[in-house]
Amino acid sequence: MPPTPKRSFGAVLGGIARIGHHVNDWMQRLGFAARFFVMLLVYSGQSFRRLHLTIREIYYSGFQSLLIILVSGLFIGMVLGMQGYETLQRYGSSEALGVLVALSLTRELGPVVAALLFASRAGSSITAEIGLMKTTEQLTAMDMMAVNPIARVVAPRFWGGVISMPLLAALFSAMGVLGGYLIGVVVIGVDEGAFWSQMQASVDFRYDVWSGVVKSFVFGVAVSLIAVFEGYDAEPTAEGVSSSIKSTVVNSALAILALDFVLTSFMFRGL
Amino acid sequence: MSRKLLDLWVGFFVAFGFAALLFLALKVGNVSSSNFAETYSLTAKFDNIGGLKVRGPVKSAGVVVGRVADIRFDAEKYEAVVTFSIDGRYRFPKDTFASILTSGLLGEQYVGFDVGGDEKMLAPGDIIAKTQSAVVLEKMISQFMFNKAADGPDKK
Repeated sequence: MPPTPKRSFGAVLGGIARIGHHVNDWMQRLGFAARFFVMLLVYSGQSFRRLHLTIREIYYSGFQSLLIILVSGLFIGMVLGMQGYETLQRYGSSEALGVLVALSLTRELGPVVAALLFASRAGSSITAEIGLMKTTEQLTAMDMMAVNPIARVVAPRFWGGVISMPLLAALFSAMGVLGGYLIGVVVIGVDEGAFWSQMQASVDFRYDVWSGVVKSFVFGVAVSLIAVFEGYDAEPTAEGVSSSIKSTVVNSALAILALDFVLTSFMFRGL
Repeated sequence: MSRKLLDLWVGFFVAFGFAALLFLALKVGNVSSSNFAETYSLTAKFDNIGGLKVRGPVKSAGVVVGRVADIRFDAEKYEAVVTFSIDGRYRFPKDTFASILTSGLLGEQYVGFDVGGDEKMLAPGDIIAKTQSAVVLEKMISQFMFNKAADGPDKK
């Protein structure tokens, strides 16, 4: 029967065409994202001339994320204190608890967890806002009034996120160290002097704290860019906005973890 | 919300963030210990440096007086050449003894300076002549075992 192979051949062709379509789509989106990023940087100068727009965004994405960042930092620090003590006391070195808590927070947990929280708290709301502005044609209206929507809407949100992120990560780490202190010293009763002095002896500002700040800055750029881009590129329907909010959270999380691996392998080569 | 109030909260947020950074720098970390104001370099050659790492501490009488700046391998003499950057406030005599020690049983390795009685001081860039290599645990154990075996069972 000749028709059967013919049809299956057609199905294979169709499958290849679909893959090609997806790849094409994806590449086009990537290209648009790159162009969008360049435009964003170009129009940033214009938006900085009206600084209050950026300050407003720092309030919405930075200040309003304070509660979740501080509370999560405290709890993560307390858990680290408990778990760390549990393991360290087996080797009779419970005084190293401060080192364990401070190093894991400043190097890894601070920047990464704060960025994940920031992406789901502030990134998603930025995407929703810009996506909805696009859906209700506010962006088009601005364009018609000769107001550049990238300079007026997108750039302030981007820079607000970039500025907030390192501060939030630092607050997260500081809060975590306090949480570790609370559990380790106040509740369990590790020696206070040893806790702080061992921590200070092994945490180096440039090597540990500063690389955490650099990390959180990179995460800030990545998360903010993904958030504004997903909003700007959202399909102007209710469903489209909801799906781009989803992609913001998913893509940000993936980008943070992948970038973290790359940055860590650059920064900490085990000297 | 009025712009003034907004600015106020953002100001609080930024100040708070920098305060946290300062806390991490001063209370958690240690800005001063690794960057001495003025340093000079000394060099020493070791047969075996064990697990010594760059940035490891150099201690004299238990006080950190410098850091390991560089570790190289001398391909002609098959020795490890270790460069230290020493705090500029301290000078050491010519017959200072540099040995590689371990803090605690399994702790990190560091360089200890045992000071001699020479009146001449080491100038910046000098080479420390007297060194002692790291103790390799396996060698020590096998030596101990050989000695035990050489003593024979009758001596027990």
